[in-house]
Amino acid sequence: MTETRVHFYQVGSFAVGNRLLSDADRTVQASRERTNSLDAGHRACQGCGEALGARYALDAAMRATGGRLVAVNATGCLEVFSTPFPETSWRIAWLHSLFGNAPAVATGVAAAMRAKGRDDVRVVGQAGDGGTVDIGFGALSGMFERHDDVLFICYDNEGYMNTGVQRSAATPPTARTATSEAVGADPGNVFGQGKDLPRIAMAHDIPYVATATVADLHDLERKVERAMTFRGARYLHVLVPCPLGWGAASADTVRLARLAAESGFFPVFEAEHGVVTGVRRIRRRVGVEEYLRPQRRFAHLFAGEGRPDLVARLQLIADANVERYGLAPEEE
Amino acid sequence: MDRPFAITLPVGSSRANHTGSWRVERPVYVDHLPPCNDACPAGENIQRWLYHAESGDYEAAWRILVEENPLPAIMGRVCFHPCESACNRVRVDEAVGINAVERFLGDTALARGWRLPDPGPDSGRRVLVVGAGPAGLSATYHLRRAGHAVTLVEGAARLGGMMRYGIPAYRLPRAVLDAEVERILEMGVEVVLGRSVKDIAAARDEFRADAVFLAVGAQLGRRVSIPAGDSAKMIDAVTFLHQVAEDDPPLLGRHVVVYGGGDTALDAARTARRLGATDATIVYRRNRAKMPAHAEEVEQALGEGVTVRWLSTIERFEGERLLIEKMALNAEGFPEPTGELEELDADALVLALGQDTDLSLLEGSEVHVADGVVPVAESMMTDVPGVFAGGDVAPSDRTATVAVGHGKRAAKGIDAFLGDRSFERPERHPLAAFERLNTWYYADAPRTQRPELERIRRQTNFEEVVGGLTEDNALFEARRCLSCGNCFECDNCFGVCPDNAVIKLGGGDRYEIDYDYCKGCGICVAECPCGAIEMVPERI
Ligand SMILES: Cc1cc2nc3c(=O)[nH]c(=O)nc-3n(C[C@H](O)[C@H](O)[C@H](O)COP(=O)(O)OP(=O)(O)OC[C@H]3O[C@@H](n4cnc5c(N)ncnc54)[C@H](O)[C@@H]3O)c2cc1C
Ligand SMILES: Cc1ncc(C[n+]2csc(CCOP(=O)(O)OP(=O)(O)O)c2C)c(N)n1
Ligand code: SF4
Ligand code: SF4
Ligand code: SF4
Ligand SMILES: [Mg+2]
Repeated sequence: MTETRVHFYQVGSFAVGNRLLSDADRTVQASRERTNSLDAGHRACQGCGEALGARYALDAAMRATGGRLVAVNATGCLEVFSTPFPETSWRIAWLHSLFGNAPAVATGVAAAMRAKGRDDVRVVGQAGDGGTVDIGFGALSGMFERHDDVLFICYDNEGYMNTGVQRSAATPPTARTATSEAVGADPGNVFGQGKDLPRIAMAHDIPYVATATVADLHDLERKVERAMTFRGARYLHVLVPCPLGWGAASADTVRLARLAAESGFFPVFEAEHGVVTGVRRIRRRVGVEEYLRPQRRFAHLFAGEGRPDLVARLQLIADANVERYGLAPEEE
Repeated sequence: MDRPFAITLPVGSSRANHTGSWRVERPVYVDHLPPCNDACPAGENIQRWLYHAESGDYEAAWRILVEENPLPAIMGRVCFHPCESACNRVRVDEAVGINAVERFLGDTALARGWRLPDPGPDSGRRVLVVGAGPAGLSATYHLRRAGHAVTLVEGAARLGGMMRYGIPAYRLPRAVLDAEVERILEMGVEVVLGRSVKDIAAARDEFRADAVFLAVGAQLGRRVSIPAGDSAKMIDAVTFLHQVAEDDPPLLGRHVVVYGGGDTALDAARTARRLGATDATIVYRRNRAKMPAHAEEVEQALGEGVTVRWLSTIERFEGERLLIEKMALNAEGFPEPTGELEELDADALVLALGQDTDLSLLEGSEVHVADGVVPVAESMMTDVPGVFAGGDVAPSDRTATVAVGHGKRAAKGIDAFLGDRSFERPERHPLAAFERLNTWYYADAPRTQRPELERIRRQTNFEEVVGGLTEDNALFEARRCLSCGNCFECDNCFGVCPDNAVIKLGGGDRYEIDYDYCKGCGICVAECPCGAIEMVPERI
């Protein structure tokens, strides 16, 4: 089930487009006809990975559903930067209620559509990692359990970015946030806490769970499309680097997402009915250090003598991912 | 405002918010000079013709190629391809097989009968070109394109220079040479064959030429004095190869020794093998690493049974025996005699020690000669106004490709001279250095090898040794190009912008930045595979 790459066509299917490929083999983003679900003029930071990930995912969903789509948004950056009254950047049917209730509202929209006999209209719920793994978690688990016909997308920037970079249950160990300062013997976020939501979702036995990043567009679009072929509750977890919260250069957003995947620190895979069916294997493996160093939230791991012990523990997390999902690069 | 039911905010209304005002740096599209183009002595726009070859539009590719070089089928065989040594792909896996694709385009053009562009409108001026090697032919082509009449005077019986009388047919089949030369003549050229120019000024008057291009090459095989008996048969490589090319090969016998370490030495030895020598031995005073001949050619020669005595010099040649002295490298890496002697069987000795120019036609003229060559300015003009020189006769690396480049530059110089303009070299873009690329995006694809003729057939005839690429392979090879420094429309910038600030113009027209919304994050620059976008500070 892992995607077959188109080989030998210069940039193959690594780049967004490729004039040498047929239209069908290019991405939605390569088309001038893409929806631009999230339009220009939004107030996201320079280089925002969440703005990019949302447009990627929703434009793909728009194509997959022929434009019959409703998106329900939790509170968070994506909502705040896109819709400061009286303006909005959305070019799709879009609804916002509260921080913690997006899965429940999405369930409601799906129920309304069913009641109206509009089974052609599909529903996407979306939230940041805080809205998904923390405050929205109960509602989401219920939505999964009831098999409501919703694709829920989490844009994971690993913290509560909209309110000033607080820790969430998706913040990685050692990362500095406003509530996990880089002080003391174990600086930054602690080890051994947090939630692995893709695996929790899989434990609900829902038809489709996948992870993706903004660094692999073909993979991300294909997963949205795949998700839309199922009915019932589905979950997509997209890693979206945040230049502000991660203390990274705005130009590095895509590169960091790529390094997260290539180091194994963020495993990219998909699962159907609770079973892993495909993984995006590493292409050019790097150590976690290469991923961590450009981010100021990990600066304390490298200042002065540094904390090689902590870097080694983070490397163990990456190695465990590589082992668990079989991410090691193909042998030459 | 009227809005559909339940729609509270106007769709896309955020476009009223011009986020471009946040920007302190702006992305701009650039075209940088690919290292292959930079290294091509003929000044070909390699990246550009590969771009068209990539999509299978071979004619467009060929047309761009012949803008600079009218001899692609020849170049695709004999050029030593410095472009490939410079190619950025070397640092990913292996260089793009530029030379092989060039040959494919050249051969395809000949097979399909594509014509060179028409000559330019008649300028009413005439140029005398002396010598019809690659320098003279290239100048003729570019002068005709500029609309100048050309009289091409050649001392030999046929056109081509060293491409005909030096480079052997197993590397450059004569049908290919003839066809590409003929195509230039079709542009309308007055050709005078078998006429050796003896006095440059007189010839200029005789042909009523407004300018002269001197492209007589370096025709004299260099000699050294080697103590030799009366019966010792010695010949220089240029004469030897010339006679073979005229189908009148000298009888060298079974044991042939060639003295020298350049490409000419290899050609002489390989030719001797084909003429029936049971052993062809090259004697060279330095080691293999120091040999000026190109590695590919050395490989091919060894494969054909040519042997080499490294670190050896010739002491004496008597009858059927040659005395060689072994050398040893000293601490500085220079060869020094050891006094140790050895004997070799030798029916004939071929001297391949380089070529000298014959510039007797300049005697009595004002044209300055230094170290046996004619110094020239950037425009290729000599000290005498209106007299230009290029190719082997000018200071150069002495390759056919350099000669083609000189011919082109001289034509531009002559055009400027005739138009009373000063010669200016076109501005060069900054180099598209490897560091500018984001190689993540390129598919892994090692290079295609060109087929080679079986060894046994190579030892007995003059059939071409190196084969061409099939269309599939040529396409594959072209598509390995990274398009260094020049947008190839991969849509990455269009895709990765979080602010939809890249406008795709489509249809080969590339992209534009919408500065109303571009926040200057720099992602498009970082993710452009080929380094075709640059951040520049905003004027605040
Ligand atoms: C054996 C051999 C192999 C080579 N292999 C390669 C190779 O693989 N690749 C490569 O790039 N280069 C190769 N070279 C070098 C290359 O051939 C020369 O650098 C190139 O041909 C020089 O071009 P030119 O036009 O300056 O001179 P030439 O090619 O030498 O042409 C000069 C022409 O001027 C004519 N001429 C001379 N004097 C007069 C006169 N007074 N009046 C009228 N006509 C005159 C000559 O007959 C000749 O036709 C090789 C050279 C030799 C000898
Ligand atoms: C019940 C409630 N508590 C707190 C808030 C304040 N709040 C708004 S957004 C946000 C954090 C959002 O974090 P996340 O879901 O990860 O989205 P991000 O901004 O990082 O994209 C918080 C705490 C709120 N709006 N409602
Ligand atoms: S990759 Fe292409 S553009 Fe770059 S140096 Fe090589 S041939 Fe030239
Ligand atoms: S990615 Fe978009 S916003 Fe960022 S610099 Fe490029 S055009 Fe501007
Ligand atoms: S990213 Fe691709 S489309 Fe954009 S400038 Fe670079 S090569 Fe061209
Ligand atoms: Mg978040």
